[in-house]
Amino acid sequence: MTNIFSNRIISFGLHFIGVLLFFFIFQVEKSYGKDITIAVLGPMTGQYAAFGRQLREGAIMAVDDMNAAGGVLGKKIRLEIGDDACDPKQAVAIANQMVNKGVIFVDGHFCSGSSIPASKVYEEEGIIQISPGSTNPKLTDEGADNIFRVCGRDDHQGKIAGELLSKKFRDKNIAILHDKTAYGKGLADETRKVLHKNNKQEVLYEAITAGEKDYSAVVSKLKRYKTDIVYLGGYHTEAGLIVRQMRDQGVKAILVSGDALVTDEYWAITGDTGEGTLMTFSPDPRKNPAALPVVKKFREKNIEPEGYILYSYGAVQAWKQAVEKAGTLHVDRVTAALHKYTFDTVLGRIRFNKTGDVAAPGYVFYEWKMGTYDYYEE
Amino acid sequence: MEYFIQQLINGLTLGAIYGLIAIGYSMVYGIIGMINFAHGEIFMIGAFISLIVVLLLNSFGLSWLPAVLIIVLVMAMVFTSLYGLAIERIAYRPLRKSFRLAPLISAIGMSIFLQNYMQLLQGARVKPLQPMITGGFTLIDDGDYTVVLSFLQIIIIITTTIIVILFSFIIYKTQLGREQRACAQDRVMAELVGINVDTTISVTFIIGAALASVAGFLYLLYYGVVDFFIGFLVGIKAFTAAVLGGIGSLPGALLGGLLIGLIEVFWSAYFSIEYKDVAAFSILVLVLIFRPTGLLGRPEIEKV
Repeated sequence: MTNIFSNRIISFGLHFIGVLLFFFIFQVEKSYGKDITIAVLGPMTGQYAAFGRQLREGAIMAVDDMNAAGGVLGKKIRLEIGDDACDPKQAVAIANQMVNKGVIFVDGHFCSGSSIPASKVYEEEGIIQISPGSTNPKLTDEGADNIFRVCGRDDHQGKIAGELLSKKFRDKNIAILHDKTAYGKGLADETRKVLHKNNKQEVLYEAITAGEKDYSAVVSKLKRYKTDIVYLGGYHTEAGLIVRQMRDQGVKAILVSGDALVTDEYWAITGDTGEGTLMTFSPDPRKNPAALPVVKKFREKNIEPEGYILYSYGAVQAWKQAVEKAGTLHVDRVTAALHKYTFDTVLGRIRFNKTGDVAAPGYVFYEWKMGTYDYYEE
Repeated sequence: MEYFIQQLINGLTLGAIYGLIAIGYSMVYGIIGMINFAHGEIFMIGAFISLIVVLLLNSFGLSWLPAVLIIVLVMAMVFTSLYGLAIERIAYRPLRKSFRLAPLISAIGMSIFLQNYMQLLQGARVKPLQPMITGGFTLIDDGDYTVVLSFLQIIIIITTTIIVILFSFIIYKTQLGREQRACAQDRVMAELVGINVDTTISVTFIIGAALASVAGFLYLLYYGVVDFFIGFLVGIKAFTAAVLGGIGSLPGALLGGLLIGLIEVFWSAYFSIEYKDVAAFSILVLVLIFRPTGLLGRPEIEKV
C-alpha cells in the first residue's frame, strides 16, 4: 500500500515537473523569440495620469514608426505598458514584473520618486532605463551606468528659476512651497539655494501635502506675509488648486513652478485664474525643425505633442540608435554605445555625459496665457 | 486678529464639510454598532453625481444659478441615497446576525469596490469644474490684512446649518426618529413592540448617504475638482471627527468635524503645515485617553 502510494507521489511529481518545464520553455520562447520587448512605465492612473498618458502616446508612436521602418536589428519591437501610479512601492513592483516579461529597455518612469527606487531593479537586472521626465539629480548621480534621462535636472532648473526670482523679482516677497515628494522638495530646495546665494531671502518656506484639496490655510498664510511670488515645487493638480484658492481669497501673487505644469490639465483646473503662471521647462521640442514630421504625425492623429510626449519618443529613438550602433542587445554594449555616440532624435542631436544626463541646452521660462503656454518674454 | 478671523473662516468651512460626513458615520454606528467604512466613498459618489448633473444642466442650457444649485442638490441626494440603500442591502444586511467583524470587513471591501468602480467608469484623472460662484465680501480691510469671506464659504456654512437643523428635527421630533432611537437602544425590544427594524436601518443609511452627498456637492463647488480617491482622505478625517465628538452622537459628530477642521487650519496657520495631520491625530489620542467615549459620547452600559 505504502509502495503504491509513494509510486503515485513520484509519478505525480514527475508529471508536475514536466508541466512546469513545459511552461518554462514557452516562457523562454516568448521572451527570447522573434520580438524585442520594451516597456513604457509611468503614472497611467492616479492624479498624475496626464503625464502617464504623455509618456504612453510618445512611446506607442515611436514603436509604431520603428516597426513600420523594419524594427531594430531586423526584429519587431513589442511595447509593454505599465502603471506605477507615481507611487514608489508600485514602481518597484512593476519594475520586477517587467523583468519577468523579459523587457530589455524601459522608457520611464515619470515621477522622480518612482524612477529612483525602480532604477535599482534595472541596475541589478541589467535593463537599460532612459527616463523622459524624472528630473531629480539623484537618479543619474547615484544610479549605475545603465540609467539615463533625456530631460534636464532639477539643479539646472532650480538655478534658472532662482536666478529669475532673485533678479527680476528682487524687491518682491517670495514664498517657497513644496509637496514633500522627491521631485517637489528637490526642486524647491535647489531654487532656494540659488536665492540664498544671491542674497535674497524668502518670506516663507512651507511644505504642503500632495493629494489634498484644501489649501485655504496656506493661502491665508501667504496673504499674511504679503507674498507677491509663490514658488511651488510640485505637480499641476496642487498648483492649480493653490492658484484657484489664492484668487478666491483675493491674493494676486504670481505662481512660479517647474516642468510638472506642462499639461493642459493645469488650465482645466485653474480656468482663467491660471493666466500669467510662470514655469520652467526645456526648450519646446515642437519648435525643433527635426521634430516637424513627427509633430505633424501626432497632430494628424489628433494628439497635441505637448509636454513630455516628444521626450518619450526621443528616449525610445536614442535607445534604438544605440542598439544599432552596438549591433547587439547586450546591456553592457548598448550602455557603452549610449555613452559614446551622438543620436539624432526629435529632441535634436543629443549626447549623454558620464552620469547619464543629456548634454543639451537647459531650461527656459514659459508663461501660461489663454489656455496654452509659450516662451516667457521678460 | 484679522489673520485669526480669516483662518477661523477657513477652519469653519472645512469643518462643516467634515461634520456633514461624520454624521453619517455616527448615525450608522449608533444604530447597528458598525463602522461603515464605505461612507467616504458614498461622499465621493455624491460629488461625482453632482458634477455630472451640473454638466448635464449646462448642456441643456440651464444657467440660472439658484435653479442649477437646487436641482443638482436634489438629484445628488436622490441618487446617492440609492447607493446608500443598495450598499446596506447587499453588503451589510445579510451579515447583520454574523460575528461583529464580518460587516466591518464587508464595509472595507465595499469601499475598495466603489473606489475601483468609479476609477474604471470615470477614469483616474482629476475632473475639474470651472468656478461657478466667485467673489465674496471683504469683511475687514485695515490696509495691512484683508479678510475675505467668499460667497461659497457662506453657502457652505449656511447649507450645513440648515441641513443639520432639519435632520436633528427628524431624529428628535418625528415618529421615524423615535423608531431610530429605539433601534439604537435595543433592536430586539424595538422589534417586539412592532417597529420594522429593517426599514428603520435602511432609512438611516439613506439619511447618511443624503448628508454625504450634500457634503460632496459643497466640496465640488468649493474646490472645483473631484477624483475617485477623494473619499479616502476625507472619509478618514470625518471618521476621526465622529470618534472625537463621541461616536453615536449627532451633535458630537458635527462638533468633532468643526474641531478637526479648526485644529488643522490653526496648526497650519501658526505652526508648520507639514505637521498638521500629526497635530490633529495627537489631539484625538489625547481626547480618547481622558474621555474614551469622545467629547459628547455616552459611556456604553453593559446590558444585562
